[in-house]
Amino acid sequence: MRIGLFIPCFVDTLFPHAGMATVRVLERLGHQLDYPEGQTCCGQMHVNSGYQREVVPLVRNFVRTFGSYDQVVAPSASCVGEVREVYPRLARLARDPALAADVEALVPRVHELTSFLVDTLGVDDVGAYFPHRVTFHPTCHSQRVLHIGDRPQRLLARVRGIELVPLPDATECCGFGGTFAVKNADTSSAMLASKVARVLQTGAEVLAAADNSCLMHIGGALHRQRTGVRTAHVAEILAATEGSSWGGTERAA
Amino acid sequence: MSGGTPRAQPFAKAAREALKDTQLRRNLAKATGAIREKRARATEELPDWEALREAGRALKAHTLAHLDSYLMQLEQNVVARGGQVHWARDAAEANAIVRDLATALGAREAIKVKSLTTDEIGLNDALAAAGIHAIETDLAELIVQLAHEPSSHILVPAIHKNRAEIRELFLRAMDLQPSELSDEPAALAAAARRFLRDKFLSVDLGISGANFAIADSGTVCVVESEGNGRMCTTLPTTLITVMGIEKVVPDWSAMEVFLQLLPRSSTAERMNPYTSFWSGVREGDGPQAFHLVLLDNGRSEVLASEDRRQTLQCIRCSACLNVCPVYARVGGHAYGSHYPGPIGAILSPQLLDTPEADTLPFASTLCGACYEVCPVKIDIPSVLLDLRHRSVERKRARRGRLAALDAEDGAMRLAAAVFADPRRYQQLQRWARRVQRPFVRDGHVERLPGYLGGWTSTRDLPAVPERTFREWWRSRADRTGGER
Repeated sequence: MRIGLFIPCFVDTLFPHAGMATVRVLERLGHQLDYPEGQTCCGQMHVNSGYQREVVPLVRNFVRTFGSYDQVVAPSASCVGEVREVYPRLARLARDPALAADVEALVPRVHELTSFLVDTLGVDDVGAYFPHRVTFHPTCHSQRVLHIGDRPQRLLARVRGIELVPLPDATECCGFGGTFAVKNADTSSAMLASKVARVLQTGAEVLAAADNSCLMHIGGALHRQRTGVRTAHVAEILAATEGSSWGGTERAA
Repeated sequence: MSGGTPRAQPFAKAAREALKDTQLRRNLAKATGAIREKRARATEELPDWEALREAGRALKAHTLAHLDSYLMQLEQNVVARGGQVHWARDAAEANAIVRDLATALGAREAIKVKSLTTDEIGLNDALAAAGIHAIETDLAELIVQLAHEPSSHILVPAIHKNRAEIRELFLRAMDLQPSELSDEPAALAAAARRFLRDKFLSVDLGISGANFAIADSGTVCVVESEGNGRMCTTLPTTLITVMGIEKVVPDWSAMEVFLQLLPRSSTAERMNPYTSFWSGVREGDGPQAFHLVLLDNGRSEVLASEDRRQTLQCIRCSACLNVCPVYARVGGHAYGSHYPGPIGAILSPQLLDTPEADTLPFASTLCGACYEVCPVKIDIPSVLLDLRHRSVERKRARRGRLAALDAEDGAMRLAAAVFADPRRYQQLQRWARRVQRPFVRDGHVERLPGYLGGWTSTRDLPAVPERTFREWWRSRADRTGGER
């Protein structure tokens, strides 16, 4: 099985440790990975901001880069959601039947990491060790676009040493929404305030999610307020083992 | 226009003001939180809820695809049963029709129920200009009318007020002494009832909206909780109903679906207390004259757009408002339209088509909570995306070549060009690492200028680390013999 790693642009640039952790987990399970260098960005920011036209070349690039792989895996529910749910529509908008056919053929093979582990590989214990109190934020796109359900929690529940505590009002949006956080900064901040309050209520030291984008948002406030809670992509927790219990270099807030 | 015209201003600005209102924040959080939980219980208990949603969607989609023939059938059957049908292209035409009918009757007052569509066209003001006073009879509509405020919620127009505020309002408007009225809901309802009973028995003209109209029998339906609507539709001698053209359904079998979907989604009830149906007029029973005004007011244009026509499936249940984390914080007035919340964010820009309303599609994080609860499965996030695209394209068309000078437009074009080429993308990463240096403190950026300052006003940003994933991958491949 040829597995192509899709490391979204902001993970590559700002959160490389989530990508590194993804590699560590999958290699530990015995899989060989490939990282095609032609990849850049899925174009979600453009689509969500109204600049659909600009994204068609990115769709072409994605298909060119990943078309030959048996499976494509990414540590980002949001970007996989973009590819799976929005690319088919963009290809239709581009009035390019060949592109539409390529997208249609590729899309079912593009997976978010935790779904890939649980559904495709049939694994729920990845042999991780993480002796920390963790709460999990189910991101909007992971739940309501990709419908990954409780797959991340099922994986986390099998991590040795972990103390997984439920997050109240977990499915409520953190207020990120891409450029929404800047264009409607006040409303975004009001939503974020509620999410931060809920996270602190859990007494967790680590907030985990399947999306670095939402974690960047919530983590930005956790750090600004010096709350002492750090964020971790779920891959970083799954990558941690005894002797290397903290896979990433995320700093505590 | 129950009691006022919504103020047109860009959403972000209106929201910033609304967010400061601590009483509003508390009232909204409490009310939407309670209704959210009740709705979840009322829908979860139905084993076939998802099938019902799909049936509701399919019924609406089918009707919209054949809207012309169903509307003509409706007209035919209303007329056959002694009613009159009027067609209104826009708000001005609809208002003129109602005003002329009322003036011909010599009416000085009218009692109203289900006023959302008449709010959309500003009927109360049009009637006032002709010397006719319209009295809202829905309790919450009455509250906002007495407060001279626009409604802030489709179903609960006074959701932004708590009972202490309503008591104060009634004391002033009904000229009562503080000792005469407590803030108990029952006491407040009784005060409103005393005020309204007089009107029900003396006013000869009723004006209503409609939840549904059944084409194959010419029957109009109003769904409500208080019974005041039934007073309005049965006691006056003349009844005028103003209805958006998208409210028509083919036949009575559609009601089996919608009378389950609507109450559970809106008030979280299994069945609403009052469901009124009437077909034309009947001698000696109810109004002796019935007029149905069919309103377009932009709906045909919505229908013409393949991507956006699902907007017209809406049955005005307001479930999307109650689950929306944006609405729950800023309230209805920030949307500057009688249609607030997620459905308003897609409906208002299409019906109003103003620069202010064009900011509404951006008033969402695309979290999808609205789509998840919508009883007729309107994919609100995807319509929002389509409207954002329309907004960008229009801005470009307006500015021509100057569009590239717009900061966001320029940045997006540049980003697209960078992302289209892996080499340029890596150059940008290296550049970002360099230019961030003056802003980085202890691994984080705490203050940024301009557009991005919106982020750092309340959030830190992680600094770009020394090595990208790609660089790490390459160094690893080199170490392991460069087989990759």
